[in-house]
Amino acid sequence: MSQLRVESVTLTFGGVAALSAVSLRVERGELVSVIGPNGAGKTSLLNVVSGFYHPQRGHIFFEGQEITRASPHEITKRGIARAFQNIELFSGLTVLENLLLARHTYLAYGLAQAGVFYGKALGKEVENRRAVEEIIDFMELEPYRKALVGNLPYGVRKRVEVARALALSPKLLLLDEPMAGMTLEEKEDMVRFILEIRAQGTTVVLIEHDLGVVMDISDRVYVLDFGQVIAEGPPEEVAQNRRVQEAYLGVEA
Amino acid sequence: MSFLLELLVSGVVLGLIYGLVALGFVLIYKASRVVNFAQGELLAMGAFSAHFFLVVLKLPVVLAFLLALGFTALVGYLLERVFLKRLVGQPIISVIMATIGLAFFLDGLLHLTPYGAGSYGYPTFLPEGGVAFLGARISYAQLLALFLTLAFLFLFSWFFQRSTLGVAMRSVADDQMAAMSLGVSVAKVFALAWAAAGLAAAAGGVMVGTISGLNFDGLVHIGLRVFPVVILGGLDSIPGAVVAGILIGVLENLAAGFLDPYIPGGGTRDVFPFLALLLVLWFKPHGLFGTEEIERV
Ligand SMILES: Nc1ncnc2c1ncn2[C@@H]1O[C@H](COP(=O)(O)OP(=O)(O)O)[C@@H](O)[C@H]1O
Ligand SMILES: [Mg+2]
Repeated sequence: MSQLRVESVTLTFGGVAALSAVSLRVERGELVSVIGPNGAGKTSLLNVVSGFYHPQRGHIFFEGQEITRASPHEITKRGIARAFQNIELFSGLTVLENLLLARHTYLAYGLAQAGVFYGKALGKEVENRRAVEEIIDFMELEPYRKALVGNLPYGVRKRVEVARALALSPKLLLLDEPMAGMTLEEKEDMVRFILEIRAQGTTVVLIEHDLGVVMDISDRVYVLDFGQVIAEGPPEEVAQNRRVQEAYLGVEA
Repeated sequence: MSFLLELLVSGVVLGLIYGLVALGFVLIYKASRVVNFAQGELLAMGAFSAHFFLVVLKLPVVLAFLLALGFTALVGYLLERVFLKRLVGQPIISVIMATIGLAFFLDGLLHLTPYGAGSYGYPTFLPEGGVAFLGARISYAQLLALFLTLAFLFLFSWFFQRSTLGVAMRSVADDQMAAMSLGVSVAKVFALAWAAAGLAAAAGGVMVGTISGLNFDGLVHIGLRVFPVVILGGLDSIPGAVVAGILIGVLENLAAGFLDPYIPGGGTRDVFPFLALLLVLWFKPHGLFGTEEIERV
């Protein structure tokens, strides 16, 4: 059974169809990429999967359970985490605080625990700290642990964005253009991190513009154009697809 | 000298109460950008429900006050859940208009009770007189209000810094998208902000009632004072609400004490704070502590 199943989902914004009858399957442990020109509906796809928008038609299942109408916090709790295309970090907090906050809100948030104060009372603090330090270590963010996120360079903030999603210990990680605007070196680092995250067993859905990267690291690729899936399959197959070459690769292909 | 000191002390006490009530307003604004026009009604509701618990149900003072806080917090919570929740996602201006509607609605409700007209007071539970301080006399009611407002402000800030729910609230105020993606229920946070606003308003109302008695118009008027206070402090700043509250409280009292005798008809206490407000806004359009909108590219 696929871990994530999107079944002919349609999402419209007052007449404009951001997604029309889009279907997609992701198996546990896979690294699936979604490519397509600007405005193709890639971010919209992540928005419906993570509950920020609810589609007008179609169904979404995660681990066999329907999440089509679930709200973002419910979906987070089921194990889907997301890094945004436009960085959405708490810019007044440090890197460490951003990551810790992810763990606190996710692990301990609920009206039942309204009176439970984090720290000693919860007994989870040590565990949270350790998990967060591991992620900081893993994403090579030690030099910035105590730096205010708002003051960090763009490439580092993109990395913090991914690190914070990881702090939720997700089963499925959604990455929206995590390498956009990065230098070549930063991109190489990010590719390494993504491959490592996948190797540790986390399923990854990656939206990326850099075709070289996508073709290199993906198990399967979906191609969106004008809100429709125009091709799907292993990278080498998709690269040969004539519609893809026309729609996306243009003359270069 | 002692006259000045008395004016200052009662100004600070009044200002702290403003600050407390304004804090509730700021919480709602920070979380949802909604301007709550019903804060004065919540304050009146808190003050009168305390009177009801004390006088009609004859409950002990502490219990009556705590119940009044709880009751008003519940009212705030329900207002959000029943009326405003449906408006989430609508233009902010609609929600603001709805809070004006709610203010009228609560006004109407209060006027259906005997509390809509006339003056009331809590039965005296404090000893007569007060303490002397550098020649000035400070009443026990003022001392109690001073102590309690500080305690509340401390509790609130501790809650937001330390509790998981508080952290969740701050995260929503900072970046709603991010908070949602981290598992925070924004709906819960909005309702909680309204409950906290009700609690803060009720605390302010109870203290006003203790110091100077209860009268519907007077209480709602104090609620309206949150506007100059939060504009001065910066709409989204909690410390700003407190500092500006104290400033306005002190300015009001100084104006009343020193300027009123020279102005036929008096009333400078209603004007002077606004002059100060205009002056500050001239130099700092976002208030003393408000965040300036940062344009991002
Ligand atoms: N919140 C929204 N309101 C209106 N239109 C939107 C909204 N989000 C996306 N769209 C539209 O949907 C289409 C797909 O956008 P998007 O999913 O962001 O594309 P991509 O991420 O592939 O660049 C675009 O035409 C965009 O203008
Ligand atoms: Mg996009």
